[in-house]
Amino acid sequence: MTATAVAADAGAQSAEALKSKFGSAVTRVWQSCGDSIVHVSGQRAHEMLAWLRDDRSQHFNYLVDITAVEYRDPERDLEVVYNLRSIDRKAELRIKIDLVKTGVLEVDSVYDLWRGADWLEREVYDMFGISFTGHPDLRRILMWETYAEGYPLRKDFPLRGHFSRAEQTRQALAANPEAHYSLEELSIAEAYGELPADVRERLNQGKRGLVE
Amino acid sequence: MSARTVSMDLATTGVDAMGQPIRLPLTIKPSRTEDNLGDEHMLLNIGPQHPATHGVLRLVVELDGETVLRVIPHVGYLHSGFEKLGEYRHYNQIVPLTDRTDYLSPMANNVCLALAVEKLMGIEITERCRVLRVMACEMSRIISHLVWLGTTGIDIGAFTPFLWLFQQRERIYNLQEAWTGARMTTSLTRVGGLMADIPEGWENGLRDFCRTFPKVLKEVDTMFTRNAIWCGRNQGVGAISAEEAINYSLSGPMLRSSGVAYDVRKDRPYLGYEDYTFDVPVGEHGDNYDRYLIRLEEMFQSTRILEQALDKLKPGPINVDDPRVILPPKSRAMSDMEAMIFHFKQVMEGVPAPIGEAYLGIENPKGELGYYFVSDGTAKPVRWRIRPPSFINLAALPTLCEGALLSDVIAINASVDIVMGEIDR
Repeated sequence: MTATAVAADAGAQSAEALKSKFGSAVTRVWQSCGDSIVHVSGQRAHEMLAWLRDDRSQHFNYLVDITAVEYRDPERDLEVVYNLRSIDRKAELRIKIDLVKTGVLEVDSVYDLWRGADWLEREVYDMFGISFTGHPDLRRILMWETYAEGYPLRKDFPLRGHFSRAEQTRQALAANPEAHYSLEELSIAEAYGELPADVRERLNQGKRGLVE
Repeated sequence: MSARTVSMDLATTGVDAMGQPIRLPLTIKPSRTEDNLGDEHMLLNIGPQHPATHGVLRLVVELDGETVLRVIPHVGYLHSGFEKLGEYRHYNQIVPLTDRTDYLSPMANNVCLALAVEKLMGIEITERCRVLRVMACEMSRIISHLVWLGTTGIDIGAFTPFLWLFQQRERIYNLQEAWTGARMTTSLTRVGGLMADIPEGWENGLRDFCRTFPKVLKEVDTMFTRNAIWCGRNQGVGAISAEEAINYSLSGPMLRSSGVAYDVRKDRPYLGYEDYTFDVPVGEHGDNYDRYLIRLEEMFQSTRILEQALDKLKPGPINVDDPRVILPPKSRAMSDMEAMIFHFKQVMEGVPAPIGEAYLGIENPKGELGYYFVSDGTAKPVRWRIRPPSFINLAALPTLCEGALLSDVIAINASVDIVMGEIDR
């Protein structure tokens, strides 16, 4: 058996162990492209992740990644994804928490289990707006703290952003008038105020080019 | 606060723009004793425009005299939203984006992307393609480590090796240019194969490099390894234990320096790495010096792998024989009806991936680079996640720097081997 097949096998075994240990808190176990994926309930996720880390038979001591997934189908739930690895068992497991989009987007932080979760959780908060309860320093990380356009990796966030360039510049200047901007940027901001209302509206919606 | 304390307004109002409270306002901790002015702390801002931060990284350092109490990294100045852009592109159109993440090892990123998509689509690549991709990965490892060693030398005050190393790096860049037509933005791979085969006689250039490169590396070894200044600045600085390294999710040389023998090429082999003979250097102290030794040895080992790959390279196709994923040659697309339809469909509609998801990590020079794809059955991914090794390694910087001297912050930051294109994405 190849090393990849061994890892897939060990992951599937852990998924079954998790299901027999926690029962109904595991909502779905499936495989995709050889990776084992377990959907768990948000309330007990922290407990289950702690068990996976500390139990001698599991020993998932390495947190590979934390991220989130939003599907194009607006009905589908948002998913928080934990990629776990056991370095000595050579096993990999993916844990997913489903979050109803209309509900509170909040899960327990795993910062106390893996310090590596620090920036990863901050990034998920920054990009998806999912809060991590118990994280000591949950701030935006890639976007700046005064960024007001929302959460960039959400599907309702347009590719070009919510605000036009002029609006962004105007807001940045309003927040900090002493910031140094180029003349070009300042002239964009001034011109913005003189534009007709419908053009400003279009710019605010992120549309460019001529009016159809 | 007395006049001796330099206070800085760090533009925090207590809440961020979304109305969420900022839980850790960046203020100076109060002095421990009021009567001793020497105990007062200073906030020092390094970067984002600073040659020793290796890109647009900003570090706010809280100092007690010359001792570092806290380091607060600020990242995001180079954020380009690659992951968002990827959701609007066909899988092959994502390749150019990967060039620009870790721009010091573009070919390895291309390979990782192709492997992840092939895992998602269940494509088995050809033998020649596999060997050529191994070459691409190892060439990337060498150039990335050369940049790291050269710039770290400059940070610590040794300028000459930088020139020697960049001369060698230039030789690999010439090979890259001959192969892909570009020095930095290589876009080498395609799903199911490669953009181009190597040109005729190209192997001789690589063989020549493999023969002469270790000599230069040995000179650098002579210059650095027992150098009193190099040892003094690096040994015992920025140390991290094996348990901590695992807990912080470190990867690559950062993880191995602390004694954890984990290398994706050995533990989860891809591209047939199990058929190559090479050693994985592992440190024991987890400090800057061990990281240096590991990266130096990895360059020797990469040369070894390159030589073996050259011997393994046999003539054959570089692309899988599947007209659904590989574009037909232009000559056939212009003369053959069927080829033209496949060409049109691939360019206009892209290659749909089956519903599902796949994570694939490879051993990049900086650590484990992973691409995670979620597909809903269309030709564009629902989610393209980059597991950025230097972003996760950099998150350990505050811990590594605690209690060190200010000058050590530069040495430790250099030893993490960051590239901002990947951290900010």
